[in-house]
Amino acid sequence: MANFFNDNEHLKFHLTHPFMQKIVSLKEDNFSERELYDHAPLDYEDAIDSYEKVLEIIGEISGEVIHPNAEEVDKTGPELVNNEVKYAPGTRENHDVLVKAGLVGLSLPRKYDGLNFPIVPYVMSAEIVSRADGGFANIWGLQDCAETIHEFASDEIKEQYLPCFNKGATAAMILTEPDAGSDLQSVQLKATYDQVSGKWYLNGVKRFITNGDADISLVLARTEEGTTDARGLSLFIYDRTAKAVKIRRIENKLGIKGSPTCEIVFNNAPSTLIGDTRMGLIKYVMSLMNSARLGVGAQSVGIAEAAYREALKYAGEREQFGKPIIKYPAVYEMLTMMQVKIHAARSLLYETSRFVDIYKAYNYLAETRKLTNEERNEQKYYSRNADILTPMIKLFASEYCNQITYDAIQIHGGTGYMKDFPVERLYRDARITTIYEGTSQLQVVAAIKGVGNGAYLKLMQEYASRPIHPELEYIKNILLKMTDQYEKAVNRVNEFDDNELFDFHARRLVEMAGNIIMGYLLLLDAERNRKYTSPAEIFIRKARSENVANISFINNFSANDLSGYKNQSYIE
Amino acid sequence: MSFRIICLAKQVPDTRNVGKDAMKADGTVNRAALPAIFNPEDLNALEQALRIKDTRPDAEVILLTMGPARAAEIIREGLYRGADKGYLITDRKFAGSDTLATSYVLSLAIRKLAPFNLIISGRQAIDGDTAQVGPQTAEKLGIPQVTYAEEIISLTDDEIVIKRRLEKGVEIVRATMPLAITVHNSASHCRPRIARLVMQNKHARSVTELQAETRDYTELYQSRPYLQINEWGFEDIQADVEHLGLSGSPTKVKKIENVVLQHKATQVIRTDQEIEALVKELLDAHIIG
Repeated sequence: MANFFNDNEHLKFHLTHPFMQKIVSLKEDNFSERELYDHAPLDYEDAIDSYEKVLEIIGEISGEVIHPNAEEVDKTGPELVNNEVKYAPGTRENHDVLVKAGLVGLSLPRKYDGLNFPIVPYVMSAEIVSRADGGFANIWGLQDCAETIHEFASDEIKEQYLPCFNKGATAAMILTEPDAGSDLQSVQLKATYDQVSGKWYLNGVKRFITNGDADISLVLARTEEGTTDARGLSLFIYDRTAKAVKIRRIENKLGIKGSPTCEIVFNNAPSTLIGDTRMGLIKYVMSLMNSARLGVGAQSVGIAEAAYREALKYAGEREQFGKPIIKYPAVYEMLTMMQVKIHAARSLLYETSRFVDIYKAYNYLAETRKLTNEERNEQKYYSRNADILTPMIKLFASEYCNQITYDAIQIHGGTGYMKDFPVERLYRDARITTIYEGTSQLQVVAAIKGVGNGAYLKLMQEYASRPIHPELEYIKNILLKMTDQYEKAVNRVNEFDDNELFDFHARRLVEMAGNIIMGYLLLLDAERNRKYTSPAEIFIRKARSENVANISFINNFSANDLSGYKNQSYIE
Repeated sequence: MSFRIICLAKQVPDTRNVGKDAMKADGTVNRAALPAIFNPEDLNALEQALRIKDTRPDAEVILLTMGPARAAEIIREGLYRGADKGYLITDRKFAGSDTLATSYVLSLAIRKLAPFNLIISGRQAIDGDTAQVGPQTAEKLGIPQVTYAEEIISLTDDEIVIKRRLEKGVEIVRATMPLAITVHNSASHCRPRIARLVMQNKHARSVTELQAETRDYTELYQSRPYLQINEWGFEDIQADVEHLGLSGSPTKVKKIENVVLQHKATQVIRTDQEIEALVKELLDAHIIG
C-alpha cells in the first residue's frame, strides 16, 4: 500500500517540531473542546497523534487513488458541458474519496464540522496531495477560501457556508481579469447594490480562474463607482446555485491540466458581501493570497519530491557504460542537489507555516479575550516574520521545483522527454508555480521590504543566537560570515540611494537572504537530528558560492551600468 | 428493534506484498515479516454493511473477529469506517483452529448476539483462500446463505435481492432473512477511514490491550464507554473444548511446498503453419475468439 505520508520520514520530523507544543496549546485553547467533541484531542501528544493519523489517511488516498489517477487526468482533463465544468473522472474520484474520508475543511473549527487543525498539518496535506498530482492539489488547496470566510465574514455567513466544505463543497478565488493580473487594484468587475432586494449583483468578466465553476466562490469586485484603485474593491461570495454566470471557456494549458481554468462572465449574479466594503483587496484578498502563496510553496515541494523520487529510481535502474548512471559524479551531484533543495524548501515551508499558525491563533484568541502585552508582542513578532517568509517560500520553492523537474528529465535523458514516464508531466505541472499567485518577480517585490527594513537580518540574528552543539559550530561560522557579507551587499546597494537600482538588485539581495535563512533552518534541523548535518553542509556550500557570485556582481556594478540594460525597446 | 448486521472480519498477513523472508525454512508463513491487515474481501463485505446503514437509520453494524489480542486492530479499523461496535473473540484455547473450529466459535458468538438480520463476510481470506468459514458458519446457525455477492440490489424488512458474481456471468437471487452473505472482491471498495471517526475511536481498546497500556484510561472510559472493545473468551461463548483448536480441527496440513515459478520457454514462430497452429491453440484455450 503506497502511503505518501508514511514513506516520507521528513514530514514526521517537521510535524513534531518542538514549536508545535505552543501552536497546539494556542489552537486548542487548553484542550477545552474535549468535553464537547469526542474527536477533540485530550492533550498535546494526543493532538499530534491525531494529526499523524489523519495525514496517514491523506497519504494513503494520495498514494492509492490520486497518484494512480494522475496520468489519466492529465490526458483527459475537464470539459465544459452545458455551461458546467465536468471534472475528469479521476478528479471526481479523488475529490469524492477525500470528502468521504471527511478531510475537507481541515483547518476550520469543529463547530463548522472542521477538524480544527493548525496550518502546519494542513500545509503538509497540501504537500502530500501535490506529490500525487500537482494539478489536483489546486482543487484540494482552494479550501483556503473557507479560512478567509471564517476570518472575515459575519457569523450568519459562516454558519451558512462553512459546514458545506466538509460535505464536499468546492471553492474558487475569482480575482484575475483580462486587464488585471499582477495588478489586482485595477479590477473592473462591477458590484451594484440593489436597494429594493437588499442584495449585491455582479457584472463583468473574470479570466484564468482556477476551478471556476466551484460551489462557493470568492469574487473581488468594484463597489465604489468612479474609483480606480484598491480602495474601491470589495469581496463577495457567489453561490453556484444562483446559476447566474456563463463559463465562456476552459483554457488549454501547458500543465496542471486536471485543474479547470475558466473564463467567467457574471450576468447580474446575486452575491453576498464579506465583511466591509472597500476592504476586499486591501485586507481580505491579501490574507487569502498569503495562504495561497503558502499553498503554492507546498505544491512546489510536493511536485519536486515526486520528480526527485522518479529521477532517483531511474538513475538506479538505468545502466550505461556497464554501470547504473547514479554512479557517475555528474548524475549523483544532480540528485543530491535536488534532495538538498527539497530539504531546504521544506524547512522554510514549515517554519513559515508555524509563524502563520501562531499569529493566526492569537488573532482568534483576541476575539474572545484581551491579549496580554506579552501575547500582543508575540502576535506582532510572528505576524511580521510570516509576512517576510511567505513571499520567500513561494519564490524559492517554486524556482527549485522548476529546477528539480528540469533535472529529473535530464537524468532520464531522451526517455524523459517522452510521454511514457511521469517526469514530463511533472515538468509541465511545475511551470505554473513561479507564475500564479504572484510571479517570482512579484514575490521579490514583496520580499525586498524585509531586506530594506532589516527584518531578515533580525531573523538571521535570532537564529544565530540559538544554542548549537559544538560539533555543528563550524556550519554556524560559515553562516555568520555569509550574514556579514549580506549586510555589506545591502549597504552597498543602499549607498547608491537610487530606487531603480535598488529594484534592479532586489532579486540578488532576496536570494542572498533566502540562502542564509534556509541555511540556518537546516542547521537547526541538524541540531535536532544529525542526519540533517550533511544536507545542511551541502546546501550551505552551494549557497555560499551563490552569495559570493551575487556580491561580486553587486560590488562590480556602478550606477552608470544600469543604462546598458535599459536599451531594450519594442520594435513593431 | 434495530436491523442488526454482523460483519465477520479476519486479520491476515498481507500476502499480496510478499518479500524474500515471507516463508520460514520449514515452509510455514513467517508472520513477523508480513504486516497484519484487514482481510481485503472482508473490507468489501464491511462496505456492503455500511451502505445498508447509510440508507437505514435503524441499521446497526457489529464487527466480529476471532484472533489473537492484536486483532483488536481490526475492530478499530471497522470503527474508523463507521461500524457501531465490535467483538473480539480471543482465547488461547482457540489457537490452531481450522475453518471448522473457527466457524463453530463464530456461530456461538453470533448466537449470543441474536437476534440478527444479516451476517456479512468476505468470500475468503487471503492467507488460506478456503472460502469455507462463511458457508460453514451459516450451516451451523441453520440459516440460508448467498455466496459470491457483488451488490445488494434491494432490501426490505422481509426480503433481500443480491447480485452474485459467478465465473461466467452474474446471477440475481432473492432471499429471506436472517441470511448469511459472503462478498466477492468485485464488489465496491470499502470507504476510506473517516478522519473524525479515527480521532474519536483511536483510543478504543480491548481488556487485554488496556492491561498493557501505560496511559490511564479509567477516566476517559467512564465518560466514553463505547471505547471499550468487547472481548469474549472460551467461557463467554460456552464452547465445547472438544470442538476447539487443534482437537476440533480435522484439517491436517500434510506438507507445504515452496513453489518457484519459472518462465516457460518462448516458442519462436516463423512459418505460416506455426502461426496457424498458435491461433488454433489460443482459440482452443479461449484466450482469443
